[in-house]
Amino acid sequence: MSEQLPELKDAIALGLTEAEYELVCEKQGSPPNQVELAMYSLLWSEHCAYKHSKKLLVTLPTEGPAVVMGPGENAGAVDVGDGLICAFKVESHNHPSAVEPFQGAATGVGGILRDIFAIGARPIAVLDSLRFGDIEESERSRYLLEHAVAGIGHYGNSIGVPTVGGEVYFEGPYEQNCLVNAMALGLGPREQLMRSAAAGVGNVVLIYGASTGRDGIGGASVLASAELGEADDDKRPTVQVGDPFEEKKLMECSLELLELGLIVSLQDLGAAGLTSSACEMASKGEVGIDIDVRKVPLREADMEPFEIMVSESQERMLCVIEPKDVEAVRAICDKWEVSSAAIGEVTGTRLMRIYSDDELVGEMPVEALVDDCPIYDLAPQKPSEPLYPPPTARLDGSESVGDALLALIGSPNVASRRPLFEQYDPIVQSRTVRRPEQADAAVLALPNGSALAVSIDGNGRRVAADPYRGTLGVVLECASNLACVGAQPLGTTNNLNFGNPEKPHVAWQLTEAVRAIADACTALEAPIVGGNVSLYNEGASGPIYPTPVIGMVGLLPDATRAGRLGFVEEGEAIALVGPFQPSLAASELSKLRGEPLPDELPEVDIEAIRDAQAAVRGAVRDGLIDSAHDIAEGGIATAIAECALAGSIGASVEIEAGEDVWQACFGEAPGGFICCGHATAMAQLAERTKVTLIGKVGGDRLEITLGPEKIELGLDELRQRHRALESVFQ
Amino acid sequence: MKTGILRFPGSCDEVDAQLAAQRVGETVLLWHGDRDLQDVDAVIVPGGFSYGDYLRAGAIARFSPVMESVIEFARDGGLVLGICNGFQVLCEAGLLPGALLPNANRRFTFRQVELAVVEGETKFTSACPTDELLSIPAKHGSGRFYADEATLDQLEADGQVVVRYRPEQNFNGSLRDIAGVRNAAGNVFGLMPHPEHAVDALTGSTDGLRIFESMRSAVEGAHV
Repeated sequence: MSEQLPELKDAIALGLTEAEYELVCEKQGSPPNQVELAMYSLLWSEHCAYKHSKKLLVTLPTEGPAVVMGPGENAGAVDVGDGLICAFKVESHNHPSAVEPFQGAATGVGGILRDIFAIGARPIAVLDSLRFGDIEESERSRYLLEHAVAGIGHYGNSIGVPTVGGEVYFEGPYEQNCLVNAMALGLGPREQLMRSAAAGVGNVVLIYGASTGRDGIGGASVLASAELGEADDDKRPTVQVGDPFEEKKLMECSLELLELGLIVSLQDLGAAGLTSSACEMASKGEVGIDIDVRKVPLREADMEPFEIMVSESQERMLCVIEPKDVEAVRAICDKWEVSSAAIGEVTGTRLMRIYSDDELVGEMPVEALVDDCPIYDLAPQKPSEPLYPPPTARLDGSESVGDALLALIGSPNVASRRPLFEQYDPIVQSRTVRRPEQADAAVLALPNGSALAVSIDGNGRRVAADPYRGTLGVVLECASNLACVGAQPLGTTNNLNFGNPEKPHVAWQLTEAVRAIADACTALEAPIVGGNVSLYNEGASGPIYPTPVIGMVGLLPDATRAGRLGFVEEGEAIALVGPFQPSLAASELSKLRGEPLPDELPEVDIEAIRDAQAAVRGAVRDGLIDSAHDIAEGGIATAIAECALAGSIGASVEIEAGEDVWQACFGEAPGGFICCGHATAMAQLAERTKVTLIGKVGGDRLEITLGPEKIELGLDELRQRHRALESVFQ
Repeated sequence: MKTGILRFPGSCDEVDAQLAAQRVGETVLLWHGDRDLQDVDAVIVPGGFSYGDYLRAGAIARFSPVMESVIEFARDGGLVLGICNGFQVLCEAGLLPGALLPNANRRFTFRQVELAVVEGETKFTSACPTDELLSIPAKHGSGRFYADEATLDQLEADGQVVVRYRPEQNFNGSLRDIAGVRNAAGNVFGLMPHPEHAVDALTGSTDGLRIFESMRSAVEGAHV
């Protein structure tokens, strides 16, 4: 077709380096044409090839008794008993959301849902993890928050999958590069589990779903694999536009096709569109695929072959089926009003051959496309200077401890998330046992009376202060959240959101964080079953806080005993449970005071915390305690206030002040829980882990005594402050 | 009792409605393209986003083949319950008075709300204890009940306003706090909150079950 071959400068414009371009020429035996170069540039992008993270990712633990499907497929899966599997995965849509937050976030949800039903599971829940700049200072961050939340709700609500949890934090380093990570869970019969490896020479390759248009061209290479700049408006056309109605039909259609056993292999079309899907399927199946781009249903008739191959139009799936089933498959597609077209064939050639009608417009070895991208070593180097400026001070040090608690409760990172999550449907599908703000983890009932629990967590500031120990804390917090509802971890997914890995300090953050995930997941027996890497998250003012986001799925045997976070009954004992060693290093209080990040965090005793989690989990399962809440941002005082607010009942406690009242009150660390229950139950719990009785539930006030200091606040006043985020959504 | 639950492309809460209706009898899902109602005793038009809610919520679904049969079924006195999007569809189809406009807060909103049962002697509320509030979740973007003043007066006078939000919980801005209305004949009822999501203590309250139990009484009473 194109008489004039593209040159090196075209390759560089598409994101390849000179050396990579030369390697492409070598693999091809000649300079690639336009279709070939487009396909190589996408598959050899960071987003598809993981070329700066692959060597780290192989160090993660991926095996465990519950793991049914590990990394490498559309999503991971764990066994949840009675022939059912739970599929889950987290993915990012950071750069699209920074450019166009509503569609960026919406299509992020759409993409992760397709990953779930591609492996044969019905999506049953969505969670999200969001990061924006300082909303008290930045109009842009308020705009991004409002529209990203609306986009997530728009997609999840319309498709009938509940959004059951999530987290959001606001920090200066996310000002230019927000983070939008979405996690989804699915449930399905184990025997329906579907893989993406193409199989069966002569089988038909069929595309179904939305037609293919010019949207999202170059999303993976241009948008996702480079730093964001000042004038990114011209990148807006690289953001895809989502249609949840189309996806709803696509989902129901896919699930019906799978149930009928009509599909040999299945893959969603995400980043890098048809190129990535077809090549991945061919690579995993060790086969070749021929595709005729003129058979692909198009939105615009005059699209070039390379545009069809790289389009990131949403709501499309690619499957391999046996020739005898074509009519049956198309009939199901017709029933759901989903368009479908046979566009190619599985071959034994190990080649990707792209045709435009009868003309061969691209021919590439599958192995070269998928496996031969150079993998780079990182050059990690701990920075000698602080990377991040100190935050703006909100407290001047003259406050009482009570004032500080009110400030914390009303600060954007601690305030109630209700104004966000009430824009999401958390209950559709009739499975939701614990909704947001009822417990530390969402709980979803299973048919046999047991339940899944799921939590998603991250803490960029603590990871920035100490990538290894900060990340340990994130993984441990996830497991603590599960323990609070009575669940044992089964598996973990992660999204590594970092800056430019070619910079030594970012490489160091990434290396340390992955080391921590490996250590914590190994200790917790919660292997990684899948995940995603999002690099180059930085703007002109530097990288984001390093933000590994961890999603963990667990199981509890009896859904009726799922834990709650709120205090329950007048007169019950309140206990501090676990090996809690609070420190103000990188805490929310230190942020409000405008302090710079410390150089490191205190040591973390993973085994001791794991044992405390086991004790809390057991006590919840046995019905021994009535509430359990993990101590996180804002320390013990904030945690007690949250328990009181969630239960709409007051509390009176006395905390040992030690040498530093502020540290005792607001210091943070993994491994602490606030639990309530009857005194005899607490005594039983004390046989299993460290328990300190600190007070009683009751009244309509919160009273905390710390040595000479005393906090006395009405629940109404606390509640008023806790609602601070409402003002953003007025 | 056999209840048929409609399924449009874009329906989301049809299986939830089916699970709830199964607590009081048999059920069957009715495909939007089929006109056969399979001899059901009652029909539920479920929540969701039928046909993507393009144009206007419920505006396309009312023209579906299955709705032709439902309109006929309702005219013959069959019991029809519309929940959320189903309420919108029934208003669009002219089976219920009024219209549902975008929420006053301009956002999709989820809240557990408490409903006062204004009319306790209808075919949909006879099992509701009098003077008790029903705790039921609501979740929608277009739930602001609207009708002109004369219609509102007439609905109130004729006992067609069946459930109201507690005034401080009327987040969508419905006129006169109206959460659900019935037709003049009393066999068609629509409401924005989701009784099918309040039938199991494990996942919330059980107050919504009263609606389904009332429908069973209405049908099985009629069979005697």
